[in-house]
Amino acid sequence: MALLTFAEAIRDALKTALSADTSVIVFGLGADDPKGVFGTTLNLHKEFGSERVFDMPTSENAMTGVAIGAALYGLRPVLTHQRLDFALLSLDQLVNNAAKWRFMFGGRRAVPITVRMIIGRGWGQGPTHSQNLQAWFAHIPGLKVVMPSTAEDAKGLLLASIFDDDPVIFLEHRWLHNLRGDVPAGDARLPLCKARRLRAGDNVSIVAMSYMTIEALHAVDFLARQGISCDLIDLRTIKPLDWETVEASARRTGRLLVLDTGYTTGGVAAEIVARLSMSAWGELKAAPRRLAVPDAPEATSPALTAGYHVRAEHIATAVGDVLGKSVDARALAGERKHPHDVPGDWFTGPF
Amino acid sequence: MTPDLARQLLFSMKRIRAVEETIAERYSEQKMRCPTHLSVGQEAVAAGVGAALRRDDLAVSGHRAHAHYLGKGGDLNAMIAEIYGKETGCSRGKGGSMHLIDEAAGFMGSTAIVGGTVPVGVGLAYGMKVKRTDQVSCIFIGEAVAETGVFFEALNFAVLKKLPVLFVCENNLYSVYSPLRVRQPEGRAIHTMVTGFGIAAEAGDGNDVQAVHSAASTAIDAIRKGGGPHFLEFATFRWREHCGPLYDNDIGYRSEAEFQEWKAKDPIPRFERELLAKAEVTAAGIADMERAIAREVDAAFEFADRSPFPPAHDAGAGLYAAAAG
Repeated sequence: MALLTFAEAIRDALKTALSADTSVIVFGLGADDPKGVFGTTLNLHKEFGSERVFDMPTSENAMTGVAIGAALYGLRPVLTHQRLDFALLSLDQLVNNAAKWRFMFGGRRAVPITVRMIIGRGWGQGPTHSQNLQAWFAHIPGLKVVMPSTAEDAKGLLLASIFDDDPVIFLEHRWLHNLRGDVPAGDARLPLCKARRLRAGDNVSIVAMSYMTIEALHAVDFLARQGISCDLIDLRTIKPLDWETVEASARRTGRLLVLDTGYTTGGVAAEIVARLSMSAWGELKAAPRRLAVPDAPEATSPALTAGYHVRAEHIATAVGDVLGKSVDARALAGERKHPHDVPGDWFTGPF
Repeated sequence: MTPDLARQLLFSMKRIRAVEETIAERYSEQKMRCPTHLSVGQEAVAAGVGAALRRDDLAVSGHRAHAHYLGKGGDLNAMIAEIYGKETGCSRGKGGSMHLIDEAAGFMGSTAIVGGTVPVGVGLAYGMKVKRTDQVSCIFIGEAVAETGVFFEALNFAVLKKLPVLFVCENNLYSVYSPLRVRQPEGRAIHTMVTGFGIAAEAGDGNDVQAVHSAASTAIDAIRKGGGPHFLEFATFRWREHCGPLYDNDIGYRSEAEFQEWKAKDPIPRFERELLAKAEVTAAGIADMERAIAREVDAAFEFADRSPFPPAHDAGAGLYAAAAG
C-alpha cells in the first residue's frame, strides 16, 4: 500500500500491466514526452522500450483503428487522449469497429482495447477541452465505460480495463489527478461493473460518478453533521451499469438524487432517473432529482463559469429539497479557499 | 509462373465468378436478405494477390469483399450461409455480405464503412512488428478509400513505422454512381500521390492476373525482407451495379460502350486463351474445372439454404465477453 495521487496510480497501473504482460502496449500523443501525459505515462518508454510505449501521429481515428488491429493480433493496447474532445475524431473506429467487432462477426473475436480520455474543467479549458461525454459512449452497445473517482479505483479499474476482453472507454477527470489515496501494490485489479457505496445513510440516495463523487462527499459529510444521512454510491462503471446497487439503495431510502458531470439532456443521470421511475415508482417518497451541467458548452472566462458546475453546496441544497427541508449550505461554499475554476491550489494551468 | 500456379489462378478466378454470378442469379429468391456488392469483372486482383499471400498472412477488406475473402482462402460455405443469414454463416448471421471473417484463412474481417479497415490492417501489421514475425498484412481498398481521412492517417503511420503492409487498391472508376472525375482531380494518379508519403508504389493492369500476381509477389517479398509498406493500384471495372445483382449501364452514370470496352478485357477468357495457347491447360481440363466449381458452388448454396437460422434469442448475444448487464 502506498499513498499515491490519482495520476501516479494510473502510471502504477500502466507499469504493472506492462510488466505483467508483454502484449500490453501504451501509446498516445505525448506518451513519451517530458511531461508524460500529466505524469501518467512518465518515462515508461525508458523501462519498456519505444515499441511498447510510444508517441503517435496526430491521427486519432487511424490510431484507434491501429489499436483495434493490434488487439485483433493479440496485443492489449492502451490509447490515451489528453482531452476527451480530441477522441471525437475517432468515433468511427470506436463505434463502427471496436464496439461492433465481437457482435458483427458472430462473437468470434474480441477487441480488448482501453482508450483513456482525460476530461478537462475550469481554468479556461473552454468549450472544446472540457466535455463529459460518458453518455455518448454509454449509448453504444459493445463499449464499456469506466469513470474512477479515487486513486485506488484509478489503478484497480484501469488494470481491469486493460485485461478485460472488451473495448473500454476509461474516463479520467483532470480534477482528480492530484487527489491522494492509499493504493495497493501489484496487480490490484478491481471488478468492472460494480458500484461502490462510499457513505451509508437512510434519508436520501445520492448516485455520482467521477469528480462529482468528490463534491458529493463534501456535501454528504456536511449534511451528516446536520443530522441528514445519505447513501452515497459511486458508479465507477457507467456501462454496463451496476443497477442492482443503485436500485437497492433508492428503494431503501425512497429518495434519489443523481449527479452527473455531463450535460443535462440525455445524460447518465437522466437514464438512472428514468429507470428508477419505471421500476420503483410506488416506493418513491419524492420525485427523483438530477444535477448536471447546463445544456451549454463550458465558457472560457472565469467570469462565465462560476455558476456552471455543480458544487457541494448545490448538492446539499438539493438533498434538502428532496427531503422537503431547508438546508443552509453557505458554510460549505465558505470551506473552499481556492478560486472556483481550479480543483485546488495545485492547479495553476495551463491544462 | 509454373503451370500449376497458372491453373490455380484460373481456377480461383472462375470460382469467384461462379459464386458471384450464382448470387446474382438467385438474389431475387429473397433468401439472401442483405445488401451484396459483387466483384464480377474484378476477380483477377483477388485471385492474384490471394495466391501471392501465405495462408498465415492476414487480410482485411471493405464492402466489396467476397472475392478477397475467397481469394485468401475463406470458407465458401460459411460465406454463402452468412449471406443467407444462417447460424452456420461465418459471422453467425450477425454480419451478412459486408462483414465476412475467416481467421483460419487469415481473413481478419471486412466492414461496410469505406476506409474503416485500413487502420485495422495497419494495426495488425504493428502486432507483427512487435511480435517479430515475417507475416504481411494485406489491406484491400477501392479507389474511394483514397478520399477518406483515415486512409492518409493510416498510410502515414505504416510508413513511419515501416510496417509490413501491402495496400492493394482496386480502382474501378466508380463509387456507387459517382465517377472518379467528380471525386479526385483529373490527372492525379493514386499510386503517384502516395509516393509522396514515402511508400513504394506501382500501378498495374487489374485484369491481368499474371501481372497482379507478379507485382504482389515482388512487393510481398520486399515487405518480408523488411522493406516496409508497399502500395499497388490496379485498374479494373465492376460489371454489375454498385449494390445488387443487376446491370445498370442504362441509368445514365456510365455507358454501355464503356462497359463493353471493359468486358472485352474480361480477365478470365483472356488468361484462359493464353494458357490454352501455351498448352498449360486443355479444353477438357477447363471443362473439369468448371464442373468441379459448379458442384462446389451448388453445394454451398444447398448448405446455406438447408442450414438453420440462428435462434431469435441470439439477437443480443455476443456483445460482451462475459454476461454483463
